[in-house]
Amino acid sequence: MEYFDFLQLIAKILLVVGVCLGVVPVTVWFERRGAAWMQGRVGPNRVGPFGLLQPLADVLKFIHKEDFVPKNANKFYYYLAPLIALIAPLCALSVIPFGDKAIVGGREVVLQIAQMDSGVIFILAFAGLEVYPLILAGWASKNKYSVLGALRGSSQIVSYEISMGLSLLSMLIVYGSFNPHEMVSWQVEHFWGAVVNPFGALVFLISIFAETNRLPFDLPEGESEIVAGYHLEYGAMKFALFFMAEYIAMIMASALISTLFFGGYSLLPGMDFLVSFIASFFGFGSVGTTNVTAVFQFVSLASKVAFFMFLFVWIRWTLPRFRFDQLMDLGWKILFPLSLINLVVVTLGVYYFNR
Amino acid sequence: MGTINVSKKYTAVEKAYLPAILIGMKITMKRFIQGFLFRKSWTIMYPEKRRDYSDRFRGAHFISVDPKKTENCTACFLCETVCPAECIHIVAEERDEADNSYGVAKEKKPASFDIDLLRCCFCGFCEEACPKDAIKLSTNYEMATYSREDAIVDLDHLKRPMNGRHEKKDS
Repeated sequence: MEYFDFLQLIAKILLVVGVCLGVVPVTVWFERRGAAWMQGRVGPNRVGPFGLLQPLADVLKFIHKEDFVPKNANKFYYYLAPLIALIAPLCALSVIPFGDKAIVGGREVVLQIAQMDSGVIFILAFAGLEVYPLILAGWASKNKYSVLGALRGSSQIVSYEISMGLSLLSMLIVYGSFNPHEMVSWQVEHFWGAVVNPFGALVFLISIFAETNRLPFDLPEGESEIVAGYHLEYGAMKFALFFMAEYIAMIMASALISTLFFGGYSLLPGMDFLVSFIASFFGFGSVGTTNVTAVFQFVSLASKVAFFMFLFVWIRWTLPRFRFDQLMDLGWKILFPLSLINLVVVTLGVYYFNR
Repeated sequence: MGTINVSKKYTAVEKAYLPAILIGMKITMKRFIQGFLFRKSWTIMYPEKRRDYSDRFRGAHFISVDPKKTENCTACFLCETVCPAECIHIVAEERDEADNSYGVAKEKKPASFDIDLLRCCFCGFCEEACPKDAIKLSTNYEMATYSREDAIVDLDHLKRPMNGRHEKKDS
């Protein structure tokens, strides 16, 4: 590998990981503060301005806590679970394109960490890996509640992965590609995926709520029923890893749904005007314009992701938790057949339009 | 007769569930805007701000004193008798005749007057029974202590200076 290629790869990885890990505390803060606002409370406001340093205080607390391991726990899997939980969504993020291309030193840099043609399958694989930390954590910590949480989590994630996969498949038929880059450029040329296939977008949205164990599908954690579910026996930084993993999974899911259904990095309406204005104002050539466009593309994707993160919090404080049988009913009896019908309809539609 | 079935049939819109979600989301959004933009909150920043309680609130006890800082209590045992939780323990003694300026009004005094706040049910019967308006319940509700022994308050504590039925701010 050439020196430049290596360097740009490292830079891109640092950017994505840095942004993700940097966004997590802000999201945690927003989750708590937004929850307070929605419930007519004040929320954390003692640490720093507007309580913005609250996550920092939380982390300090986590670091100072005892690193406790249950007596009968399977140590290897017990330590492995939070690592997988954190790494799987971060890996899945590597194929999300966060911009078209930038030009650095006369060389083209594609703004995507791993440029694979089978990008979506890669994402699905790592999204499927998210079920392992649940099972490992629940089983290895030798606690009944943890096992219950793990059972709930695994059945839920496996069930909803089907409807998620089917709605994703309908989009693959529309785009005719597995490559996230090509998907976004299709959406730039035509419409957003959500306009073409609104039903698929809805099913996918519901499924990612279940995949990331967020309310109303947070049965694996279910505080009021099974204490804390699969991460019950985890304390200190190991719990913090699970906590961070949940938010990174949320970021990954938001980025995925924006890429697939909401135009990914394609500029938000009005931004192309802004780009051309800035380019003409500073007198940029084609290189400068490309770079400015890349920046705005990143901003577009970030704002879309931010919207979905907000949606996660918004839904969380709107809906109560599903009962387990209701969850399975929704997954198997409603979403699964509907996404199957949707797949057939989309296939027929694509066949009709491409004829 | 048997049971009466009160469950209703859901309409198609209700069964679809999504419209109801949207209505719920509208409500939470309204609350979010109220909280975020207008800083509306139903809770208060507690240690700094306190809610005002009515004078009728039955909180921690105190014993009223006359201008010479002598307690009005004459150790008549009425409060101890009426107390349903049996949390008041009085030991009576005679006031020294030499320096008793009250004459017959305050011949007797409590040698010790202990109230076990952990037993007390804050019914206020002692206040009603008291013929001298000596024992009263204040509006103070902050009675947390570090040990059970600290929760048994004695005469010195009960005679603390008060501002009407409210605790003095500086104390």
